[in-house]
Amino acid sequence: MEKVIVAMQDPDMGMKMRNQRLLITVIPHAMTGHDIITWLIQKYCISEEEALHLGNLLVKYGYIYPLKEPRSLVLRRDESPYRFQTPYFWTSTQWPATELDYAIYLAKKNIRKQGELMEYEKERYSLLHKRINHTWDFVVMQAREQLRASKQRRKADRIVLECQEQAYWLINRPAIEACQRALGRNRVKSSNCLEGFLKHSEQYQNHDPIMQGCLPSNPWISDDAAHWTMNADVVPVPTRLRVERWSFSFMELLSDTMGRKEFMTYLEKEFSAENLCFWQACEEIRHGENSRISEKVNEIYKNFLAPGAARWVNIDSKTMYKTLEGIKRPHRFVMDDAQMHIYFLMKKDSYPRYLKSDLYKNMLAKAIVPQETKKSVFPFMRRQRHSSPSPAQLL
Amino acid sequence: MYWICSKSMATQELQINESLAHLKTESESLKTKLEEERAKLHDVELHQVAEKVEGLGQFVMKTRRTLKGHGNKVLCMDWCKDKRRIVSSSQDGKVIVWDAFTTNKEHAVTMPCTWVMACAYAPSGCAVACGGLDNKCSVYPLSLDKNENLAAKKKSVAMHTNYLSACSFTNSDMQILTSSGDGTCALWDVESGQLLQSFHGHAADVLCLDLAPSETGNTFVSGGCDKKANVWDMRSGQCIQSFETHESDINSVRYYPSGDAFASGSDDATCRLYDLRADREVAIYSKESIIFGVSSVDFSLSGRLLFGGYNDYTINVWDVLKGTRVSILFGHENRVSTLRVSPDGTAFCTGSWDHTLRVSSSFSFSLFSVISLSPEVLLTHCVFFFFFFLQIWA
Repeated sequence: MEKVIVAMQDPDMGMKMRNQRLLITVIPHAMTGHDIITWLIQKYCISEEEALHLGNLLVKYGYIYPLKEPRSLVLRRDESPYRFQTPYFWTSTQWPATELDYAIYLAKKNIRKQGELMEYEKERYSLLHKRINHTWDFVVMQAREQLRASKQRRKADRIVLECQEQAYWLINRPAIEACQRALGRNRVKSSNCLEGFLKHSEQYQNHDPIMQGCLPSNPWISDDAAHWTMNADVVPVPTRLRVERWSFSFMELLSDTMGRKEFMTYLEKEFSAENLCFWQACEEIRHGENSRISEKVNEIYKNFLAPGAARWVNIDSKTMYKTLEGIKRPHRFVMDDAQMHIYFLMKKDSYPRYLKSDLYKNMLAKAIVPQETKKSVFPFMRRQRHSSPSPAQLL
Repeated sequence: MYWICSKSMATQELQINESLAHLKTESESLKTKLEEERAKLHDVELHQVAEKVEGLGQFVMKTRRTLKGHGNKVLCMDWCKDKRRIVSSSQDGKVIVWDAFTTNKEHAVTMPCTWVMACAYAPSGCAVACGGLDNKCSVYPLSLDKNENLAAKKKSVAMHTNYLSACSFTNSDMQILTSSGDGTCALWDVESGQLLQSFHGHAADVLCLDLAPSETGNTFVSGGCDKKANVWDMRSGQCIQSFETHESDINSVRYYPSGDAFASGSDDATCRLYDLRADREVAIYSKESIIFGVSSVDFSLSGRLLFGGYNDYTINVWDVLKGTRVSILFGHENRVSTLRVSPDGTAFCTGSWDHTLRVSSSFSFSLFSVISLSPEVLLTHCVFFFFFFLQIWA
């Protein structure tokens, strides 16, 4: 955004700025909304709609501020005057409003119009006085200086300065809104949350090689890569620890290649494999290239959502309607609601049954528990470290 | 007429000033109220809840591999999903891909800029991303051609207006998340280089980020020089949670394995744990004897241990639940700049300003391992010692 602003202010190719009138006062170095849009169209060869959109964003983020109706951060296509915000106030060079600034501001107000401070301001003023007493002289001095400087400024400059500051604070409203949102959030009691950490650590303790060691041995210690070979993505027989982990959470099962395959086999037996296929297809949209989104969305519609589709998924009517509407303008997150619905369906229904099934129990029984590598007779001899095929080779 | 105008000017001025003051007080009072609300539900401390858990005793950590090859300070590293390869970047612009297990260098590329502060391995293992003072994040596909010129295939993806501090691939090779000294984070489509989403809210440089391992996979956390750690929604670009308890720049953030919390390391020499459901800080990991800043943090696989790389050249290992330090590892000859635990938790790798990377793991003399020594070995040792003592006696 800043590049655009800098280009706009270029003395040769930039915008022509004139003295604009605001009521009676003449403001120098300003431009009209109409001018801004025309310039944007010319420079970037874009449509008027796009120029208006871009211009609006520039105003919304505070790089250009309006002189008439400063509270409304909107770019108007007409003769309304606008000005460039000084880089000091740019969003990217934000300075946090400190207590000192506020104290100076209140002191200024107090000095300028004795007794003009509102109740809450008077309270804060005395509070601040107590808190930053050691720099109070500085505060008062600053306030006096600023007042003197502002009196000497021309009316036009004063207005400009105020509009600048105004726009700055309007941008900073979002910080207040974020705070308000945070206040409304549902929080969980500490005692409930913290138990979760204990449970997690206990559950995974045996799986943590740095804490408990691993079988047959930690490759970094023994120089033997057997542990990695036994736990490769696809092996004929998985290790016991690995199969146990599938029962910790649905996410653990799905994130393990073998686990996912096993789950798919189970779902096929239950005639609900289309759920997992649908979920996988949605994942591919979410994490795939931008250019292939429409194509993938269409595929999903054809295979899973269209009436009479070969692998029709059972989604509630409200979500189905919303998704079908969204498909008309496909974007990365258009399948999110449907995907979540199916995910939780599998998690609450198919997953627990899988864990109780013979398929899983057999897998657990078959799973190997590697023997711990016997220490060599001559413990000082180092094993040869074998290299492995680079993943780059699979391109 | 002049008098009328000047009066309307004055009222306008007053209005503006009042609204500005109003905003400032509103902002401050809201912050205080938020802290009060958060404190209301905080009925117990983590280490109190953890009293019933067995203590860990002291761990001994030992360096297992030392990777030498960088000509200058190592600034960043990342593990490959194959659990043994890593990519590292340094101040002299070099990005090296190693097989850390054999310590062989497999690929090397020289960036056109110095201070490559961020690097990341693609989930497929077929590419690496890196960037730094060039304000960009570039992706280099890795090829096994002996005569490869990696720089030729380089793809510029991200563009910021200040240095790149961190980058990470999301669940696939197709999207990259970046953070920058310009105060923003951004999500990019690798193929087209298009900006998918930008995240505004930090008031200063953003130094680190980490993606959440959650089921819905839609959030990430970032930490910055404004002492804030923000949690973002990747879809909307909004900041959904914010934490400001550190006293200095936050250099590193890392999610707890379950995704319900994250740890942060800061220049104020502390690591802190923030719980997302309780919406507050729940633990501080600090010691009076530790006065140097933390440059990077990571959890062990179970989340019981928290590793911190410090600017005083050491690595401290903390018991996450009890809040005590269980190990300290020396070895680096300059500050530790980056630390990551391997994907299967078998070891952790640290990069340092002393030009080296070290892969370390625990070294436990468990009784079990002694008993499991095979009879032949035991016999050999006994015979050996018998003759040894015989000689001394004689």
